[in-house]
Amino acid sequence: MNISYRWLSDYIDLSGIDAQQLAEMMTRGGIEIDSVPSRNAGVSGVVVGYVTSREKHPDADKLSVCKVDVGTGEELQIVCGAANIGADMKVPVAMVGAKLPGGLDIKRAKLRGVESQGMICSARELGINDKLLPKEQQEGILVLPSDTEIGRDILDVLALNDSILELDLTPNRSDCLSMLGVAYEVAALTGRPLELPEPEKDIHPASDVTSDHVRVGITADEFCSLYTARYIKGVKIAPAPQWIQNRLIAAGVRPINNIVDITNYVMLEYGQPLHAFDAAKVAGGKVDVRLAREGETLVTLDGQERKLEPQMLVIADAEKAIALAGVMGGLNSEVSEETTEILLESAKFDGGTVRRTSRQLGLRSEASARFEKEVDAGRVRSALDRAAGLIARYAGGHVTEGIAEAEVSSPATVQVELSLDRVNGMLGTELSSLEVKTILSRLQFPAEAKGDGAWLVTVPSRRGDISRDVDLVEEVARLHGYDEIPTTLIEGPTTAGKLTKSQEIRRELRQILTGAGVHEAVCYSVTSEKRTGLFGELSGEAKPIPLAMPMSEERSVLRTTLLPSLIEAAAYNLTRKNNDIALFEIGNVYHTDEEALTRLPQEKPRLSLLLSGNRRTASWNRTAEAVDFYDAKGYLEKAFERLGLAGRISYFAAQPEGFHPGRTASIGIHTERGTETIGYVGQLHPDVQREFDLPDTYVAEIELAPIYEYADRRIEYRTLPRYPAIERDIAVVVERNVTGGALTAAIEASAGELLESVKVFDVYMGDRIASDKKSIAIALVYRHAERTLTDEEVIETHNRVLTQLEQSFGAELRK
Amino acid sequence: MKQRLEALRVEALEQLQGVADAASLNDLRVQYLGKKGQLTEILRGMGALSAEERPVIGQVGNEVRAAIEAVIAEKQEGFDRAATAHRLQAETIDVTLPGKEVGTGSVHPLNKVAQEIEDIFIGMGYTIAEGPEVETDYFNFEALNLPKNHPARDMQDSFYITDEILLRTHTSPVQIRTMKAMNGKTPVKVICPGKVYRRDDDDATHSFMFHQIEGLVIGPNIRMSDLKGTLLQFVQEMYGPQMQIRLRPSFFPFTEPSAEVDVTCAQCGGSGCRMCKHTGWIEILGCGMVHPKVLEHGGYDPNEVTGFAFGMGVERIALLKYDIDDIRHFYGNDTKFLNQFAKM
Repeated sequence: MNISYRWLSDYIDLSGIDAQQLAEMMTRGGIEIDSVPSRNAGVSGVVVGYVTSREKHPDADKLSVCKVDVGTGEELQIVCGAANIGADMKVPVAMVGAKLPGGLDIKRAKLRGVESQGMICSARELGINDKLLPKEQQEGILVLPSDTEIGRDILDVLALNDSILELDLTPNRSDCLSMLGVAYEVAALTGRPLELPEPEKDIHPASDVTSDHVRVGITADEFCSLYTARYIKGVKIAPAPQWIQNRLIAAGVRPINNIVDITNYVMLEYGQPLHAFDAAKVAGGKVDVRLAREGETLVTLDGQERKLEPQMLVIADAEKAIALAGVMGGLNSEVSEETTEILLESAKFDGGTVRRTSRQLGLRSEASARFEKEVDAGRVRSALDRAAGLIARYAGGHVTEGIAEAEVSSPATVQVELSLDRVNGMLGTELSSLEVKTILSRLQFPAEAKGDGAWLVTVPSRRGDISRDVDLVEEVARLHGYDEIPTTLIEGPTTAGKLTKSQEIRRELRQILTGAGVHEAVCYSVTSEKRTGLFGELSGEAKPIPLAMPMSEERSVLRTTLLPSLIEAAAYNLTRKNNDIALFEIGNVYHTDEEALTRLPQEKPRLSLLLSGNRRTASWNRTAEAVDFYDAKGYLEKAFERLGLAGRISYFAAQPEGFHPGRTASIGIHTERGTETIGYVGQLHPDVQREFDLPDTYVAEIELAPIYEYADRRIEYRTLPRYPAIERDIAVVVERNVTGGALTAAIEASAGELLESVKVFDVYMGDRIASDKKSIAIALVYRHAERTLTDEEVIETHNRVLTQLEQSFGAELRK
Repeated sequence: MKQRLEALRVEALEQLQGVADAASLNDLRVQYLGKKGQLTEILRGMGALSAEERPVIGQVGNEVRAAIEAVIAEKQEGFDRAATAHRLQAETIDVTLPGKEVGTGSVHPLNKVAQEIEDIFIGMGYTIAEGPEVETDYFNFEALNLPKNHPARDMQDSFYITDEILLRTHTSPVQIRTMKAMNGKTPVKVICPGKVYRRDDDDATHSFMFHQIEGLVIGPNIRMSDLKGTLLQFVQEMYGPQMQIRLRPSFFPFTEPSAEVDVTCAQCGGSGCRMCKHTGWIEILGCGMVHPKVLEHGGYDPNEVTGFAFGMGVERIALLKYDIDDIRHFYGNDTKFLNQFAKM
């Protein structure tokens, strides 16, 4: 809503408060003002001139030489290039010395040899948005009404000495979608009295009664609580008076003709949209508010044919729909040049119905914007009377006696109890009874005292947002001033702030991985069905959950795995020439086994990891090293170790979809329920790498719930070893398919308690052994906690280990 | 014999004077003091001396040995020092060349900011509550006093999955879930961070997915002045003790009274600049006193308890904090972008 400061001054004395100050005051009071543009874009020295004669320029076809009377007693000679210029016109004249928007200074000039003492202006040259002008004024110079006073400053004539307050209203304050509403607000803020317009009656009354001409009814009584109409005869369609046009333009509404302009003017003033029908085109003298019929269509005022749906509300005459209730009128009953009889409508339509209709048709109007937020039923009749009075005065009509109306229900009076204790208890203030009472009276909320420090407040119908005591507490708070509310600390028992175990572990994972050089990514939770299906095992039985109205195919389902988003991030980085990529993400996947959701899906927190390019870049003293499987696994091992999980985790060769079948492990966690797979680590399948244009890329994705559950952050101190260890290195030759993990597991199982640690330190395949074999070198450390080991003990244990390896794997000791 | 010894001393000291390197020095040591050296050779003749002469000559012999040894030691030390100096010279490296790279990762700026905010409130006695991102219409709207025909509930603005299930449009449903879990107990003091989704077209300042942090406090006597005090403390811990806040009346369906909170512009300190559009203030969060209907939905009697709630957009805080020009950078995960947040 755009509020003209000058127009607002009609209702309330604003002396001493300029537009900027008013804007600040309103913003601090809860009605946010976006900006306060001046209507004068830089015009001075422009007056109304009367063109006494126009002649063709002797040397230029398109130019005219005009004699113009600007009231100074001396006619000016002005050369004008507009096609619509003519004698006997009132026009804006920028005299020598005038300034126009854009820094244009008007000087005496010669145009093709003819002297010109000024310039005749178009509306655009005066800085007026020509979209807001009547069509006939958009081209050429601005032609003013013939009764405009010669010599008058154009700023006065067009009311350009004004500022606009651009309101950014919150949805609850639709009362301020009207000049009167804003006036009430400003009165409350300033404590100044209001002067409200009285609807004029008895201007050119007609001798007949409204019911002779029209009867109204409401069939769809769920969606319209009140419908009123007046009948006006003998109107003459013409432009509205300049002051009405000026105010419409100031508010951002384009003037059309006197009837339409007056309905718009009253809508802006009262917040009540009105509609004028050409009564001659309303069949049967009957108007009904009903739902649209199956297959019904209506051509709206903008010329578009609208297919109506059965839940849309229409205004219909005896034969057909003539308007979309609250949204837009129909072309079939439009007021035109020939119109002489008017049916003027003022009603309260259901906000939700108007909103749905306007959304469905993609058709928003000033009227629908107001009905959507529920108009004030208390102003339906007064706005109708106000408009009828203005039409009678400015369009020469005769208003028939009485209002034709149908009322389903009248709104109940809202009364709310408010106590001083509630106000102060809620706000932390120490307001007095008098202060609260004063605020209520500034709001013009009648308040009846109920004992000491309590009131029964009657809420005026214009404030539909107020229904409970807390709403009144807010009114008191904002008018008292939020700045005046003190700053206190919460009273009551202290509470301990802390993270839950899973929150702490999540942060620990971030710490571990970022500390080791991996960047954290945050990816979108939605993706395409194709992408999220890349890794079948990671999605399990989960079905991707589709959004009902996705914005694009790429973001149409909830992700069931994290990796595809991280892979996309890697591909994006490669296009940005970031070739060495180490990323992880902690996020949720969304799993359900339902085809169509009837309950919330499971949201499973997961960790994903991606490495590509070089682990380290080449430098002056070392070569680049590409990442491999063991880098990815190393990060996970580090994390598991830090979380006290190392002993619970095992890796098994695995061939899940989307992964390189020879370079991937499933990750198992050992729990009391057995060993569960919690994820995979491996190289991306070459097909997937190709699809995303990635080089060799290593990834992992693991479920975090079991990590959160089994992470063991207790530190168990063990005394430092006091007796020496004995170290034995062995190298065994085995078949190539024997894994290091199997060998170390066998060693651990057979060595018994004396084994302190076992670690593979070399793997060899090559010329020095058979081509189908490999050699694995393993370091074993034996130690006893309470005494020095004897050679015999170690030899016995070590031999047992070797025998075991030989029996289980056919391992030969390499000498 | 004494004369021979004295002559040997003179000769040896003379020879040692002119020695040039450690090897020659060693040769001289062997020549004079070695097992087959000249001093041993002379002293071997001691057996022929009388019992009176023997100690005298022995004494002289020891003095000559000591004198030669002292010079040798002195020379040796000199050569050692020179050798060390030579080695150090040879080992000199170019210390201006870069060190060996150790990878640095970074916590994502959105999580970095969120953790910072979380930590401030943890310090103030809050716990962190989390809730599902896929929510029911009831928790996301109904229980938060957004009635069925509320414009925010339009299919156009939210990502619905079914008529009753949608991606949450704010973290506020966690308020209701927390209240229900508390089962009427007080005090409630939580903050709720998380992802939220709105059906917005992406541009420099909008993202269909973004992050919010919500706060909720409920107790028998919670006042709007407590809300102001809490937010002031938060803002001063987050941005510095010179920061002030300003509350403006606003509207949210789930709070009444409601307010928008502006904080002193960190860029200009309140004097006005491009970032604050020359107002000196930056809007950072919305807040208010919990609406009675919301308390009722959460299982509390609005006549017995009151509460406040506040919510902020993590992206907005991060954009302002780091002066980032485009919200989409947060979701591009360009490592050149992420790497800038590797500092502590």
